[in-house]
Amino acid sequence: MIATASSVHSRKSRAVQDYTDGAGALDMHRVRQAFPIFKEKVYGKPLIYLDSAATSQKPLNVIDAMSRFFLMENANVHRGVHYLSERATEAYEGARSKVQRFLNAGDSHEIVFVRGTTEAINLVAQTYGRAHLRSGDEVLITAMEHHSNIVPWQMLCEQTGASLRVAPMDDAGCLILDEMEKRIGPRTKLVAVTHVSNALGTINPIRRIIDMAHAYNARVLVDGAQAAPHLNIDVRALDCDFYAISGHKMYGPTGIGVLYGKSELLNAMPPYQGGGDMIVSVSFEKSSYAVPPHKFEAGTPNMVGAVGLAAAIDFLSDVGGEALSEHESDVLTYGIRALSRMPMVRLIGAAPERVGVISFVLEDVHPHDIGTILDREGIAIRTGHHCAQPLMKHFGLPATARVSLACYNTREDIDALVEGLTKVQAVFQ
Amino acid sequence: MKTGRGGAEIRKRAGARVGTDLKDLYQEVIIDHNRRPRNFRKMEDATRTADGFNPLCGDQISIYVKLSDNVIEDVAFHGVGCAISKASASLLTTALQGKSREEATALFKQVRAMLTDGPAGSVMPESMGKLAVLSGVWEFPMRIKCATLAWHTLMGALEATGERVTTEEET
Ligand SMILES: Cc1ncc(COP(=O)(O)O)c(C=O)c1O
Repeated sequence: MIATASSVHSRKSRAVQDYTDGAGALDMHRVRQAFPIFKEKVYGKPLIYLDSAATSQKPLNVIDAMSRFFLMENANVHRGVHYLSERATEAYEGARSKVQRFLNAGDSHEIVFVRGTTEAINLVAQTYGRAHLRSGDEVLITAMEHHSNIVPWQMLCEQTGASLRVAPMDDAGCLILDEMEKRIGPRTKLVAVTHVSNALGTINPIRRIIDMAHAYNARVLVDGAQAAPHLNIDVRALDCDFYAISGHKMYGPTGIGVLYGKSELLNAMPPYQGGGDMIVSVSFEKSSYAVPPHKFEAGTPNMVGAVGLAAAIDFLSDVGGEALSEHESDVLTYGIRALSRMPMVRLIGAAPERVGVISFVLEDVHPHDIGTILDREGIAIRTGHHCAQPLMKHFGLPATARVSLACYNTREDIDALVEGLTKVQAVFQ
Repeated sequence: MKTGRGGAEIRKRAGARVGTDLKDLYQEVIIDHNRRPRNFRKMEDATRTADGFNPLCGDQISIYVKLSDNVIEDVAFHGVGCAISKASASLLTTALQGKSREEATALFKQVRAMLTDGPAGSVMPESMGKLAVLSGVWEFPMRIKCATLAWHTLMGALEATGERVTTEEET
């Protein structure tokens, strides 16, 4: 759809889309209509997308906002005095304000645009971490982290001589908080923990963990990549020091993400990369740096990505809240029940608090084979170690099959999955 | 498979509906070698071994070779993997018993060409004996590495560089 001139100016007072039916539940027809990709066929079959934890599909309003930016607003930000540059800057900084409200941050200066969660974590490790950690200090992570919340800390520890400690998890896929607390002490400088596990869906009691860490004055980074599409996030209520999200997992585009950091921390941190846009003045003797967030945004930023992310936040706020979480938890419960009834299925993880993720294995069929056979049925799932090899090791598995849900999934998708798994079994009979 | 009576019923319902292209991949011989892999053991007196790893799916395989006077007296494998990688490794061990090193290398090249070039390539599956069942993998680009893992690992063992073989570039 090509935007009309009037829709350009509708950014400030956009029309809210109602995705609920009369009774306050999601109107699934309308929700699915918002995602053009579901018109596509896979091997001639309707697409059943159960891999949203890897990346979500994109609603039309995000696609439109991004094409509108290129069609009507494109120019570099912060650099020109001309009309379009002003418009682009307005769009980019408007997106920042939207993210600020989405995370309930106190100030838009606390919102740094990055490529994604991975870059946000690396940024903290290489700026805050390099500046504050010494030999003898400790970084605490957990057994359920994504590789992107492990490797940057290993690199930091190698660089600084600090050591990496790991809080364990039980067989249900929940963190063992007592054990975690035992590993926090005066040496702990940083705790990096995921809000929601990408492999199991476990929602961690992040507020309690933050309190435990703050009792020893340790800073806490929360990996919110899997939380943002499902939970209400309030960084001030959590009192977290850093919070990282990826646009593409929350209905937005790839290549854009956010690092939230408390003002006082960001102000004191050294810059991440050097370049344009992050300086106040440059001479060959010395350059002085801009204030956050620009200090951490060297170079021309991903403007259209930020615009897309802002539109994704609009989408989440329209579809989101109670109706969305009720819908997702209905499909999750339905899915867990359906898979539990299949004798050959073994579910991995059983956290009582979880988002729409189901990890499982089949007796005698490798996840990779499950994935290929389901694929031919038009069903997309993830198979493998989900970038969480230590977690896989905990369960003694090289890989699992993972189903992950988003707003557009229905009970019918689960029915199709069950039928697909029956076919998997038939192949291996 | 511990599916009890459910298995037979399920097969009745769904068995006939497996798509034909899937049948190219999961041919009976492959299913059989997956279920009952041949020469699936650790070999204590191997003269050459190598470990192969496919980081994408977690497949891990060890190849053991007893090489004497340039002849493969015995070859075995062990590890975890999907049906394709396991069947490919199993077929490898049956194809290479008693072969010379040169013959093994030639076969490796043929298998690799069959898997990556497909019907347009120079290798006719008909000339490959039992290994022809692997030709269907060509239609599934995401699975080619599963099928080649054992073969690359074998070459690693024969060359005995002592390095871990991986399907991905590592730095
Ligand atoms: C829990 C978690 N953390 C971090 C990441 C990394 O996110 P990205 O690849 O968008 O940087 C992911 C997703 O891949 C994830 O699921």
